[in-house]
Amino acid sequence: MNTDQLSPRDLTNQKAAIFRNLLTQSGFKLLMALLCIYFFFVFALGLQQVVKTKQANQELLSKLEEEDIPERERLQDSRLEDPWHKGLQASQRFVSSRNLETIARQTTIVGMAALGMTLVIISAGIDLSVGSIVALGTVVIAWLLNKNGFSPLLAAILAVAACGTCGFISGILITNLRVVPFIVTLGMMLFIRGAAKGLSNEQKIDAPDTWLNELLASLGQDQKWMLIPSGVWILIIMAVMVAVLLRYTRLGRHIFAIGSNEQTARLCGVAVVRVKVIIYSLCGVFAGLAGLMQFSRLTVGDPTVAIGLELDVIAAVVIGGGSLAGGEGSILGSLIGALILTVIASGCSQMGLPNWVQEIITGAIIIVAVALDRLRHRRPT
Amino acid sequence: MAQREIVTFTRIPRLKMEGICKRFGATVALDDVGLKVFPGEVLALVGENGAGKSTLMKVLSGAHQPDAGRMWLDGKEFKPINPLHARKTGVAMIYQELSLTPHLTVEENIMLGMEPSSFGFIRRQEVRRRAVAALQHFGHTEIHPDIPVKNLSVAAQQLVEIARALAIGCSVLVLDEPTSSLTQKDVKQLFMLIKNLKNQGLAIVYISHFLEEVQQVADRVTILRDGKAVGQSNIDDITTEKIIALMVGREVKDLYPRSARVVGAMVLQIKDLTGREKPDSVNLTLHRGEVLGIAGLMGAGRTELLRCIFGLDAIQRGEIKLGVFAGWASPVRRWLQNVGMLSEDRKEEGLALSMSVADNVTLSRLKGFGPLSLILPGRQAQATRRWIEELDIRCLGPRQKVMDLSGGNQQKVALSRLLQHDVDVLLLDEPTRGIDVAAKAAVFQIINELACGDPEQNRPPKAVLMVSSYLPELLGICDRVAVMCRGRLGPVHNINDVNEHTLMVEATGQEKIA
Repeated sequence: MNTDQLSPRDLTNQKAAIFRNLLTQSGFKLLMALLCIYFFFVFALGLQQVVKTKQANQELLSKLEEEDIPERERLQDSRLEDPWHKGLQASQRFVSSRNLETIARQTTIVGMAALGMTLVIISAGIDLSVGSIVALGTVVIAWLLNKNGFSPLLAAILAVAACGTCGFISGILITNLRVVPFIVTLGMMLFIRGAAKGLSNEQKIDAPDTWLNELLASLGQDQKWMLIPSGVWILIIMAVMVAVLLRYTRLGRHIFAIGSNEQTARLCGVAVVRVKVIIYSLCGVFAGLAGLMQFSRLTVGDPTVAIGLELDVIAAVVIGGGSLAGGEGSILGSLIGALILTVIASGCSQMGLPNWVQEIITGAIIIVAVALDRLRHRRPT
Repeated sequence: MAQREIVTFTRIPRLKMEGICKRFGATVALDDVGLKVFPGEVLALVGENGAGKSTLMKVLSGAHQPDAGRMWLDGKEFKPINPLHARKTGVAMIYQELSLTPHLTVEENIMLGMEPSSFGFIRRQEVRRRAVAALQHFGHTEIHPDIPVKNLSVAAQQLVEIARALAIGCSVLVLDEPTSSLTQKDVKQLFMLIKNLKNQGLAIVYISHFLEEVQQVADRVTILRDGKAVGQSNIDDITTEKIIALMVGREVKDLYPRSARVVGAMVLQIKDLTGREKPDSVNLTLHRGEVLGIAGLMGAGRTELLRCIFGLDAIQRGEIKLGVFAGWASPVRRWLQNVGMLSEDRKEEGLALSMSVADNVTLSRLKGFGPLSLILPGRQAQATRRWIEELDIRCLGPRQKVMDLSGGNQQKVALSRLLQHDVDVLLLDEPTRGIDVAAKAAVFQIINELACGDPEQNRPPKAVLMVSSYLPELLGICDRVAVMCRGRLGPVHNINDVNEHTLMVEATGQEKIA
């Protein structure tokens, strides 16, 4: 087949392909989706408030009518409210810096774990033990803080190191036993959860009040110069570092190569085993950092926290364009995916919707996101 | 002989194909091919790799639709729309790779897809009865119907597959390279079975590279070459030599550049190299400034030999010496020792299709593309652009994904990796597979330039070890050539001492005649 003579039509096709890829990489579409969802909630919250206020006014008026108050006085009752003004207030509340800060704080835990998970998923793996590692992280920090001689910083570092070790063990098992990551990390999920419970005697561990609790706390008046809590800053710095790692380093290229085609990676002299162990160790480290954030939010070590968190994290990566078949995914995408999840959760709860509605919406979003992704990847034949 | 006379009086062929044509893009895979098989007859279909045997059988089995031509089964026009339809009509294919479900039992496999049932429940006794009947039919009652198929030997699995074809009630049985994974004893058993089936009036098409087997088992032979049927004959009226001559008889085009090469120092020495199954006790030496070709048929163990050298496969024993380095080493180390390998399977192994051209070219050595061992995509692209120009890779740029390129361009990308890494020893496995003539010429040009070196540009000559199934290209580009057959490497010949005929004789295991 002599396809080497590129016809103009082929060239257009190929240009289209490159353009499509660019859109994937920039996360442009995802950002748009995030904004759409965000402003949907801004609008819906306002509208909901308008309807509510109108109903309240109506009830008040009919009550006043029963009390035989003349119509002119009824309409001037001070308890009547302007529905549109109330609606605008509700919308403003959702775009306020305070609400944005809350969303950022709530995203931090999933977002931090998603950094590691992105690496794993790009390499065509999966890590189900993330939730358990987060719980272990909180327990280890609290346990160390209760011992003498451990500064908060040292406790945090040791906890993250312990979590990284868990990831390292997963990586060693996956590469040496040649068992698929799903099974190994499923086992590790139970193992680590059990270890966390054992370490804490199946109870929450109270910890002394230290600056660790401030990481994800809402900013006080005197800290406004930080714009967002320090925990969120840590997430942003880490995200930039991992994004650079993925894009500009040998390790990053090797991770993509393993996910794209492991055999090719091997043929090209990528030390597949070593790289995989590094990937899972990093995933453990980031889960440990997520555990630190979780601890900051809880201020206690809780071995039963973050059950099922790994699924949120995987969902964030997948919404962000990660492919479970490997070779695709980006840090920016995963963070936007995590943000989308938080915005849905926060919007639903502010609208007073029950939890099950939120779950249904999140589930639908995941499926739609992946279906759209498949649609985009369908190559013209 | 008696049976042959019985069958020849029925003059309606069981299967008749006439004027079959099939094109893939610009490649003519089949050009006006016809064949006939009578009931109770074994027709051997022979030809080199790529001669069109597989395509013809795919047309017969309904996997491909012919562009032109007609087929008849027992005098009735036969137009299979898909493999299932062909199977139901009575054409069964037994491929080299068996298509059994390993976890199900023998009887479940035999009856798979046509289980007798009432109200959705399988009638187990009926299944058993029919499966046993199918096995008894050709006297292999030693295979118990309750054993999971994965516990059977390859030969027994093949029998189960044939039993399945019989249970469906096939009248034409196609065997594609059935003996390539069998031991000598199993081969004998299979031939007994084929005779048995023949006597029951089946028409059998037997595809094989091994001409000695063809002589033993077939009644007639049809020879394909470059998509055309170039000869057919009763097996008793034709010699193996004549068959080989018909298989290879094509003119060699002047596609192969060959500048003056100076053989330099020895870079690779292999002694008694034995892998898990293949290769078997291989010895060879490779020098700078030469291209050593390895000929042979598919499954002879040539790919395995390269994989063992490159560290992709484990070895059982033997010695590999690469300059100062000795012993087996992983691919990671091989690249550091300046050895590079081109995989025969571009899509599955050779290239990471979802990554860019630049990533694929530079993947083996991601160094020197920026400060602090960072990789700046701009520098990576710059390095790649050099090869895009030199090898004339048609693409939109270094950032384009490899999957959007044509086969020939993909192959050039894979080859660029070895050039970018600047390796001294190149292991090339089927470097021209699936690419068109223009790209082939370009690949040969590159190989020639590598082997010659260029003192003016300070490029020393490299050593090339090349595997190919296409004899003319080995004869055209190599300095020395050896033939591999069933895991063993024959003596290394000087290229002037051999021709296609002698190589084919060696590859098909015909040493006696040669």
